[in-house]
Amino acid sequence: MRRTTLDRRSFLRRSVLGASGLALGGCKVFDNATVQGSAMRAVFESASSLTYRTQRLLGGGHSLAREYTRADILQSQHPNGSVLPDSESYQAMARNGFANFELAVTGLVDSPLTLSRESLLAMPARTQITRHDCVEGWSCIAEWTGVPLGQVLEQARPKPNARYVVFHCHDAIERSLAGPVYYYESIDMIDACHPQTILAYGLNGSPLPIANGAPLRVRVERQLGYKMAKYVHTIELVESFSDLGRGKGSYWADRGYEWYAGI
Amino acid sequence: MSRHDLSAKGPLIYRQSIWTRATHWIWAVCLFFLMLTGLQIFNAYPKLDIGKESGFEYDNSVFEIGARQIGGEVRGFTRMFGRELDTTGVLGVSNGQVRAFPAAVTIPSNRDLATGRVIHFFFAWLLAGTLAIWLVAGVLTGHLRQLLPRTGDLRALGPDIANHARLRFHHRRRYGALQKLAYAGVMFILLPMMFLTGLSMSPSFNAVAPWLLDVFGGRQTARTLHFLVMLLLIGFFVIHILMVLASGPLNALRSMLSGWYRVDPELQSGADEPGHQPPTQKET
Repeated sequence: MRRTTLDRRSFLRRSVLGASGLALGGCKVFDNATVQGSAMRAVFESASSLTYRTQRLLGGGHSLAREYTRADILQSQHPNGSVLPDSESYQAMARNGFANFELAVTGLVDSPLTLSRESLLAMPARTQITRHDCVEGWSCIAEWTGVPLGQVLEQARPKPNARYVVFHCHDAIERSLAGPVYYYESIDMIDACHPQTILAYGLNGSPLPIANGAPLRVRVERQLGYKMAKYVHTIELVESFSDLGRGKGSYWADRGYEWYAGI
Repeated sequence: MSRHDLSAKGPLIYRQSIWTRATHWIWAVCLFFLMLTGLQIFNAYPKLDIGKESGFEYDNSVFEIGARQIGGEVRGFTRMFGRELDTTGVLGVSNGQVRAFPAAVTIPSNRDLATGRVIHFFFAWLLAGTLAIWLVAGVLTGHLRQLLPRTGDLRALGPDIANHARLRFHHRRRYGALQKLAYAGVMFILLPMMFLTGLSMSPSFNAVAPWLLDVFGGRQTARTLHFLVMLLLIGFFVIHILMVLASGPLNALRSMLSGWYRVDPELQSGADEPGHQPPTQKET
């Protein structure tokens, strides 16, 4: 018995040494997880789909994000990411007060649409005071006005195989050798048809400012800010992300962030 | 072996079930990753605010780590409740980089919010699953009942504190009053607080349970509490390790690895636990 105790002791000592070696190695040991496509990252990413499925299970289709009151609006909406797209076509449109802005609805739809600014403004609108949560950690409460995305989709009549709604944007955060890399985002049909998912053109009772995504940005109130693409010019319905960017379904998902940003 | 022989060893008793031991090490690993990826996530917005939102045009922060240019040099600072400290080299600026927490205590070491989040949520899930298993096993094995402080423990608290202060530790089958308070506090208050404040930061979960936001006083207060409870967990960890070292690290480690724990010799008869069967003994 004494013998096994000794063995156990030496085992204990070795495990303590091993554990402290791991700690002394510092946190660089886990930097392999930063490499997209690495096996270590794939293991960690498996939790993201668990989060997505659980939150869909709990939240169902139509649980509503909290709406606040005017008294909760204490400041202007904090802009982040792009604050002014630098393409000449966008800036020309901006100089003209976005009068000739058009939204295209394309992809897997029975009737592709081109909606003028006037026709968007003429559609029944929804106004909601909600909290914008940035992935960085901050929050900001503001009043948003726009057209429910569901209404636009109803007009375009999605085909049965349409699974995602993709937003194509005017802004490019970075440039590659092939030219500017334009921002894009996508959401599933559940969030697309959610009553609080709107194409916003108004902020705090005024036209949407350029820094916040004029003339049109998305509000997806049960997800983080990066899902709420600004400067949207085209809505495309797709079955998969394989033909978009690096295939993850969003500019930031292509760069390692979760596609589903519910937390 | 004489019960009066002070140098004599007490018997080995089987103290920790496989469930307790396995879950203990899994959540030790989980908390390590959760803390260091949490600091990575904090670095993306190195400020703690109070209320529903973050003040950009007004100030509702209680804590901030930042950097600013002073006389051609970038200095790091840490501000808490309006009082500011120069923390260059550790917080705000470290290794010539502007970053709130230094590379040594974040996972990944470089600035990478995306990876920090992916790893954070992986271990949050693993911790949740481990705690669920621990809870079920704890009910079935009776471990949970041993952990919960009773009125008798409150009476024993005074002497227990006195003994700890004199670094005189009893090695018994059952946990002492302070041990119960510490472990129950972590398992039933701090860890649930971590999950609830964490979930309060999820816009999706907010839609499921909006009342949780009110419980914590808004999303940004929940975020601040998440950070505060993390500090309390570190406090627990430090005391836990010190107590293990002071009370016999090999015995404690053995019990948390193999389950077998050597109790004090006078307990052989089970005298301190009237009404209880003498503990299971192992030959020595």
